Amino acid sequence: MRRYLAGRLGQAVAVLWAAYTVSFLVLDLLPGDPVSAMAAGGLDQAAIEPAQIEALRREYGFDQPILVQYLNYLGRAVRGDFGNSVATGRPVTSTLADALPYTLQLTAAALVLAVVLGGAVALYATYTAHRWLRQLLMSLPSLGVSLPTFWIGLMLVQLLSFRLRLLPAFGNEGAASLILPAVTLAVPTGAMLAQLLAKSLLTTLDEPYVQTARAKGAGRTRVHLRHALRNAALPAFTMAGILVGNLMAGSVVVETVFSRNGVGRETVSAVTVQDIPVVQGVIVFGASTFVLANLAVDLIYPLLDPRIVVAAAQQRSTG
Amino acid sequence: MHRVPQSTAVRRRLIATLAVAGSIVLTTACGSDVGTAGAADGDAAKAGGTLTFAVGSYAGCVDPQQVGSNDTIYALRQIVDSLTDQDPATGKVVPWLAERWEVSPDARTFTFHLRPGATFSDGTPVDAQAVKDTFDAAPKLGAKAVLAIGYLSGYTGTRVVDDLTAEVSFKQPNAQFLQATSTFSLGLVSSASARKTADQRCTEGIVGSGPFKLEGYKANQSITLARRTGYNWGSSLWRKPGEAYLDKVVFTIVPEAGVRTGSLQSGQVDAIGSVGLADESALQGGGNVDLRARANPGVVFNLGLNNSRPLLRDLAVRQAIQAAINRQEIVNATFPTGSKPATSVLAHTTPLYTDLSAQLAFDPGKAVSLLEAAGWRLGADGIRAKDGTRLSLEVDWFANAATNRPTLELIQQQLKAVGVEIRLRELPIAQITQIQQSGDFDALWGNITRADPDILRSSYSTALANTYRLDPGKLDTVLDEQAATTDTTKRQALVSQAQQLIVENAYVIPVVELTTELGVAQRVHDLDFEASSRIQLHDTWKS
Repeated sequence: MRRYLAGRLGQAVAVLWAAYTVSFLVLDLLPGDPVSAMAAGGLDQAAIEPAQIEALRREYGFDQPILVQYLNYLGRAVRGDFGNSVATGRPVTSTLADALPYTLQLTAAALVLAVVLGGAVALYATYTAHRWLRQLLMSLPSLGVSLPTFWIGLMLVQLLSFRLRLLPAFGNEGAASLILPAVTLAVPTGAMLAQLLAKSLLTTLDEPYVQTARAKGAGRTRVHLRHALRNAALPAFTMAGILVGNLMAGSVVVETVFSRNGVGRETVSAVTVQDIPVVQGVIVFGASTFVLANLAVDLIYPLLDPRIVVAAAQQRSTG
Repeated sequence: MHRVPQSTAVRRRLIATLAVAGSIVLTTACGSDVGTAGAADGDAAKAGGTLTFAVGSYAGCVDPQQVGSNDTIYALRQIVDSLTDQDPATGKVVPWLAERWEVSPDARTFTFHLRPGATFSDGTPVDAQAVKDTFDAAPKLGAKAVLAIGYLSGYTGTRVVDDLTAEVSFKQPNAQFLQATSTFSLGLVSSASARKTADQRCTEGIVGSGPFKLEGYKANQSITLARRTGYNWGSSLWRKPGEAYLDKVVFTIVPEAGVRTGSLQSGQVDAIGSVGLADESALQGGGNVDLRARANPGVVFNLGLNNSRPLLRDLAVRQAIQAAINRQEIVNATFPTGSKPATSVLAHTTPLYTDLSAQLAFDPGKAVSLLEAAGWRLGADGIRAKDGTRLSLEVDWFANAATNRPTLELIQQQLKAVGVEIRLRELPIAQITQIQQSGDFDALWGNITRADPDILRSSYSTALANTYRLDPGKLDTVLDEQAATTDTTKRQALVSQAQQLIVENAYVIPVVELTTELGVAQRVHDLDFEASSRIQLHDTWKS
């Protein structure tokens, strides 16, 4: 178990380092730099003196060789210092720390909605005896997965905010402003979950042990919820990491459509002006969340399904 | 486990959002009846209330000297006062914090006499020392203060003559400086604010003497202003003496155009910025919103030709391009209602503008005969060629205005009709400066907002950046002379001559005036444009 744990942790660190390095290289390869982006300001194209630009490049260290820049950034990043935003002059860590609570609120609410709605659709679709209802319910997840998030968002705003005037269209003040964004973000995630759970439930319901349970006289509901769901939920649980990643990516769009502050909005602003320190911070944050979610899944999974560790041990001895 | 390459996914989705959102709004919110415009000006103006103004972007900085984006200037303009103000109707510079001023005949020394009694919101007086501190600090602010730095180019210092008299000097003639003192970029800040670093000023904000003060801001969310009590030193242009009407103004950042228009119509906000042609039909439907538009002064949207390129050294080619563009068609197809085609290299709202519409008329016949006479013959592919060289140009553009792409695509078609090929290349905004400096372009698409004709000198004098690689010549002399002339009549003659030279020689191809369009609820009154087509909220009130 200890070796298993060490291996997983080592992998997590490697992934973080790779995410950091690749993103650094990609950002460096982009033409232009944040200093010029800043000078370009608004709409206008008034020319700026080259000497001014050079002075600023020096100040931010953009004039140094790429390897030196990389090692400098990496050295500080390891100690948790991502430098200051080029655009605002604020430390990257506090910029993200200020935005994070809003994104957490949004993603947590969306995750709860996704699990409840996605789970309900999957369960009822596999439970109902009506063929037409089953088919309707089974087609909902693919619809939800294929609708673009921003379209769902704009439609909800049009209807519930602009026409019916029930909910605010923008901002993150108060619980009412959380409803539309959370629903929008929950749709694709919930749909993905429903797809997976429904498929897994259908397979499980054909397993011999379910037949046995039925033969022993368990009711339909009891078989469905106690026997089948328990096992069918396992594959869905392994998806947790991907779901977290999806929610984070979705928050970029949702926060923009609903004018909410958050990590997604910070990402958009930073990418627009090539604010490299902030973009790097966001990437490391995103990768860490993803890695942690997967690590948690990897560590909890053997507790739920002991076969995993056994299989891993066997692989090591044969390979 | 599979790792999603996040940054690319993020970008792809973002681009998709921006591209499709506009069209959705068009199809879902379509009104039919047109509301009557015009606020009920008969009502008695009423003090109090909060104005909510939705803008599209957030600059990440609350120092008016370090911000160039309209969306943020709208808010920050209100917290600083300027030495002078500029009448949007006449372009005349009039008193504000300075009661009167003298300009030396060589346009190198400007003496301002301040009105007594004005104070910054930290209680310190608006005096000659504050003028000195503000101007001494501005040139050291760095790349984000590009506007202020440009206005103060050649600044040698400010002498505090007495408490209320400041004498500002330059090493070269600098006639544009007087108008520059009316801009937000040179708005006065308290001495304590001037001592702060550029980053501190961005994050903490500055202390000004304006009719509103910065009450707070939330990144990507809002900027909140509160009325300055006891304010009594407004611009000579304002109708209301003393304090502003509104208690508070909240600038809310709403990035999606469709959400801005919907929020205005459903009464969730009082006014919105950046209204485009696509938003107009939705806003006109409800009958409770007025659209207000004003052309931005300065250099119009133009194809800035690189005059050192072999193809473009040919005057006939440049003039042919100028004649082949149908400016009215572009205005009708892509710009907000009320926009005007370019009638000079300067927009008609710029002081000392000269109407050269005859020379910028759409005349494809003239374009064809110019090209034929210069030896450019139509090839099999419909593009002209001469000595084996095709008449093909690359136009670089940046995604800093929604109208850019459709406009350029239309120009592409119009030029193809006379046998000139245009290839469009979109570049990231971060690359503008690099491209301008390197000269690695055939043509750049862009405009510059500035309510003084000296913008022609900063843009086209070969002694300065010379982005468009003109050869030194007559234009330089004329531009230098206008910068050294304080007599308006003489300066008018010189500025007219400069516009004429640029248009005649087609160094750059003027196309269309940038128009700022706002959507304003009818319960909001007297929300006015100032001379640079930004807004002034002192006189604004809600019924």
